[in-house]
Amino acid sequence: MGSRIISVAALLAGATMATATFAADMTGAGATFPYPIYAKWADAYKKATGNGLNYQSIGSGGGIKQIRSKTVDFGASDKPLKAEDLEKDGMIQFPAIMGGVVPVVKVPGVAPGQLKLSGPLLADIFLGKVKKWNDPAIADMNPGVALPASAITVVHRSDGSGTTFLFTNYLSKVSGEWKSKVGENTSVSWPAGIGGKGNEGVAAQVQRLKGSIGYVEYAYAKQNKMAYALLKNRAGSFVEPSEKTFQAAAANADWKHAAGFYEILTDEPGAESWPITGASFILMHKAQADPAKAIEVLKFFDWSFAHGDKMASELDYVAIPPSVVGLIKESWKANLRGPGGAMIWK
Amino acid sequence: MGNRLRRQDAAFRFVTQGFAFLVLLVLAGIILTLIAGSWQSITRFGAGFLISSEWNPVTEEFGALVPIVGTLVTSAIALLIGVPVSFGIALFLTELSPVWLRRPIGTAIELLAAIPSIIYGMWGLFVFAPLFADHVQPLLIDVLGPIPLIGVLFEGPPMGIGVLTAGIILAVMVIPFISAVMRDVFEIVPAVIKESAYGVGATTWEVVWNVVLPYTKVGVIGGIMLGLGRALGETMAVTFVIGNAHRLSSSLLAPGNSIASALANEFTEAVGELYFSALIELGLILFVITFIVLSLSKLLLLRLARREGKQT
Repeated sequence: MGSRIISVAALLAGATMATATFAADMTGAGATFPYPIYAKWADAYKKATGNGLNYQSIGSGGGIKQIRSKTVDFGASDKPLKAEDLEKDGMIQFPAIMGGVVPVVKVPGVAPGQLKLSGPLLADIFLGKVKKWNDPAIADMNPGVALPASAITVVHRSDGSGTTFLFTNYLSKVSGEWKSKVGENTSVSWPAGIGGKGNEGVAAQVQRLKGSIGYVEYAYAKQNKMAYALLKNRAGSFVEPSEKTFQAAAANADWKHAAGFYEILTDEPGAESWPITGASFILMHKAQADPAKAIEVLKFFDWSFAHGDKMASELDYVAIPPSVVGLIKESWKANLRGPGGAMIWK
Repeated sequence: MGNRLRRQDAAFRFVTQGFAFLVLLVLAGIILTLIAGSWQSITRFGAGFLISSEWNPVTEEFGALVPIVGTLVTSAIALLIGVPVSFGIALFLTELSPVWLRRPIGTAIELLAAIPSIIYGMWGLFVFAPLFADHVQPLLIDVLGPIPLIGVLFEGPPMGIGVLTAGIILAVMVIPFISAVMRDVFEIVPAVIKESAYGVGATTWEVVWNVVLPYTKVGVIGGIMLGLGRALGETMAVTFVIGNAHRLSSSLLAPGNSIASALANEFTEAVGELYFSALIELGLILFVITFIVLSLSKLLLLRLARREGKQT
């Protein structure tokens, strides 16, 4: 009796192991921001090719740790690694998807898209220096908008996030005081305001508190129909957050000269560019012991770059422009090597 | 046959002993992992970590004072509100309530304990905080704000969220635990003791205060500690309503942070070794705080027991 149970168990174990090796899904881990689009791509890719992706959205920090220890085929991070860090770990990185960060407000009498702000003014508000909505600095930029005399409540992310990184990176670029006092990171020491957990937390606080201002991913502002603000970009024009202006920022960025694709798409030139745009990055090791796995990952992203832009805009993400995709493939060719130095992507 | 039974007995003992030691092993493992993980932060900041209110991931300057204070203050508020209310509930259910009402109220309280903490958090943020900000906080600011000494606790704009809100939500969360334990231990007081007290003319309050409570104090303190344990470690509900600001403020209405909430918020995107290490050290500190609280409650019970010996 006992031995029969054991043999059945052994059979079962053998069967599950066999299926596991048969459908060897590629594995990835990291950023939570791009998770919905990676999942959607993976779903469509599996239908098209039969190959699956197992992506764990554990956060950029976790993704970088996991790819360093090679427990996954690729890592994903919202914050690009510096070229020297990539070199140290023998990794490459490339952007896979983009999105935008949008300032949202709740001011009685102000409709979506009605309020205009500049980068330095946004920094002063988040520094707690501009305290009232009818402050001359805001009023001068918004003639004809009835601004109340109420206090400004700043709402920021309480959790570490790529959204915060992009936002603080932008403020550091446009305000010297922000750069010296606060700086840029996935979470910072905020000089003012309250924290909300996740985009949904910030969105909830902003919708609830009269006189508040926060920042969320574009999708949240759009889906919750929040009162977003227009931003003055580097070229001096006020732009609306939209797929068009995000893509303009990406197209105007100087990817060619960015070592290891270290390019943060904030404050890019161009009259159409949305100033707080950002890409989410994929990390892979240059030397691949098992080229089959790496090829599978590259094929997936190649397929997604070619077929995934419609799915991306459905979820309010922005696809990587074709010119940049060309550069990415060149980087694959130039850097990824299998055992014996064989090229992986031809 | 007898031999086989004896073998079974020995095996049973061995297995249960193994389970018991497993707990110790896991505990030791957790402590060691926490210490190893936070070593970089411990060596870098030393004891200053405990008293610095700086928390700046950009310059990598970390201190735990704000989350420590937030954890202790929210838990204290939770007990300050939760213990008297729980005592009242337990007292009503065991001594005063008509028998037909005991079951429904008792079940309702147990159901409260089964609600996931994130639901408390969402309820706190979306339902409680707006009501609190519009109707209660302005009153607190106007009435208590001008009073010297206490006034500083109730300053600032009524935002609805903050340390006080977190404490109140925690109170709601610990009440089912504390009141359930209190009710259970009040019920085991032998009827004959209570009836003797009633017989000599004691009021309900006197019976409860002088007979029931001394008889059940170990259980009551145990229940309070259970509640305190939950309050100290509660993560999700607090994160939603505490405001998550690494700033020290004298006002209970201002946003603050707790250890568990800081961990939950910042762990996923903590890029950088020292940052990660500082977060682990926060976890270690929470572990130590919990340990101290448990030890203090044991000490308290020991002292109570000793005094009892003297009295008789």
